[in-house]
Amino acid sequence: MSDQNAAVGAGGRLGVTPSQTVGPFLHIGLPWPDGPYVVPEGTAGAVWITGTVYDGAGQPVPDAVVETWQADPDGRFDHPDDPRGAAKPSIPGFRGFARCDTDADGRYRVLTVKPGPLPCPDGGTEAPHLDVTVLARGLLDRVVTRIYFPDEDAANAADPVMSAVPPDRRGTLVAEPDGDGGLRFDIRLQGDGETIFFEV
Amino acid sequence: MTGLDDIRAPGAVTRGGLVLPHYPIPKDVHPSLDSPEYRSTALRHPTQPLQLMPQRLTEVTGPLLGEERVGELDHDLTRQHDGEPQGQRIIVHGRVLEEDGRPVPNTLVEVWQANAAGRYRHTGDNWPAPLDPNFTGVGRCMTDADGHYRFVTVKPGIYPWRNHDNAWRPSHIHFSLFGRAFTQRLITQMYFPDDPLFFQDPMWNSVRDENARQRMLCHYDHSATEAEWALGFRFDIVLRGPQASVFEEEDDDDE
Ligand SMILES: [Fe+3]
Repeated sequence: MSDQNAAVGAGGRLGVTPSQTVGPFLHIGLPWPDGPYVVPEGTAGAVWITGTVYDGAGQPVPDAVVETWQADPDGRFDHPDDPRGAAKPSIPGFRGFARCDTDADGRYRVLTVKPGPLPCPDGGTEAPHLDVTVLARGLLDRVVTRIYFPDEDAANAADPVMSAVPPDRRGTLVAEPDGDGGLRFDIRLQGDGETIFFEV
Repeated sequence: MTGLDDIRAPGAVTRGGLVLPHYPIPKDVHPSLDSPEYRSTALRHPTQPLQLMPQRLTEVTGPLLGEERVGELDHDLTRQHDGEPQGQRIIVHGRVLEEDGRPVPNTLVEVWQANAAGRYRHTGDNWPAPLDPNFTGVGRCMTDADGHYRFVTVKPGIYPWRNHDNAWRPSHIHFSLFGRAFTQRLITQMYFPDDPLFFQDPMWNSVRDENARQRMLCHYDHSATEAEWALGFRFDIVLRGPQASVFEEEDDDDE
């Protein structure tokens, strides 16, 4: 059977399906009860990363979803496309992935452990980081950013992604201690202190 | 020349280090984040240019979520309650593919939608259309080894919103896809052919390229229609795919 709506484009490749917004009713479709948990509650060394998503008027965004993806603490992925080989995580229940929709105050939370540093194909080392997808009503495509850790100054300074960012905006990529044993990472979609977003 | 299978083979290494798949950025496909016709983009689109990030280990891997995320009746939105929902029963099926036509097997597909009257089961949806006690409007399934997925549901109704004067959303189902890499994550909406409301819908029209827009349409599929039961619609979804040829030069010409 032919693939009716997967038209072949120039160069013989299929055309990619366009992105659309999650719309205002994402809360019925996307959240999972265990969504915020990269690691199970009670995991040694686990830390809550919490934050608020803000719009360009400084108002919280109550209809967003924040998703994170990361290596395990050994800097490995349980994934066949990691050329070092897929590695089972040393932490039971580690999923690498989290998803949390924002609440009425624009807040999200993710329970995780700090990933290990990663070797770069082009040499060098990436500092511990989480890749972040933000989806929201009013976002016709996802936006992508990264969360780095505040106790990794030397590694962050040597990180190739961080280094490519204008120095005065690097701070938007680093979580800060929340004074309660956790980390805070706010996301500003627009305006003062706008978060660095990546094309990837 | 290095083939795709080699690039994806665990342990593949060049002199330069790790060999990773590369997912080219699609051109002229996705909407601009700054699309004024859709008013909510005004305060939510970044105003600074996006920073180009080379794809490294975190970007070319991604969550490989499995059957544990899918309940027995999650694929059949008409059987999640004691009774049957109101509306035109439909089967929505198709394949999840990469740009080179390869299927994406065993990947999670999530959907959510309004009921047949055009109302979502969501506390924020208050327009005067009835809720249906037999319809939640949320589905999940995994693609099979051939990248094929299938949902049974009812055709979602058209609903009004306040974006512009007399604004109505064309009938649509929201889709969420992971693929196998962070780069492939996609949220989209599936539309139905011949909807009279496309002309005034800023989401449909935010995709500027006519060919790309058509790729958000499902097609009536008589072979998937079940006699005296449900109408079939086909919707293939194409995710960004890895390109095979980028690492073919491994000798001395380092860029
Ligand atoms: Fe909708």
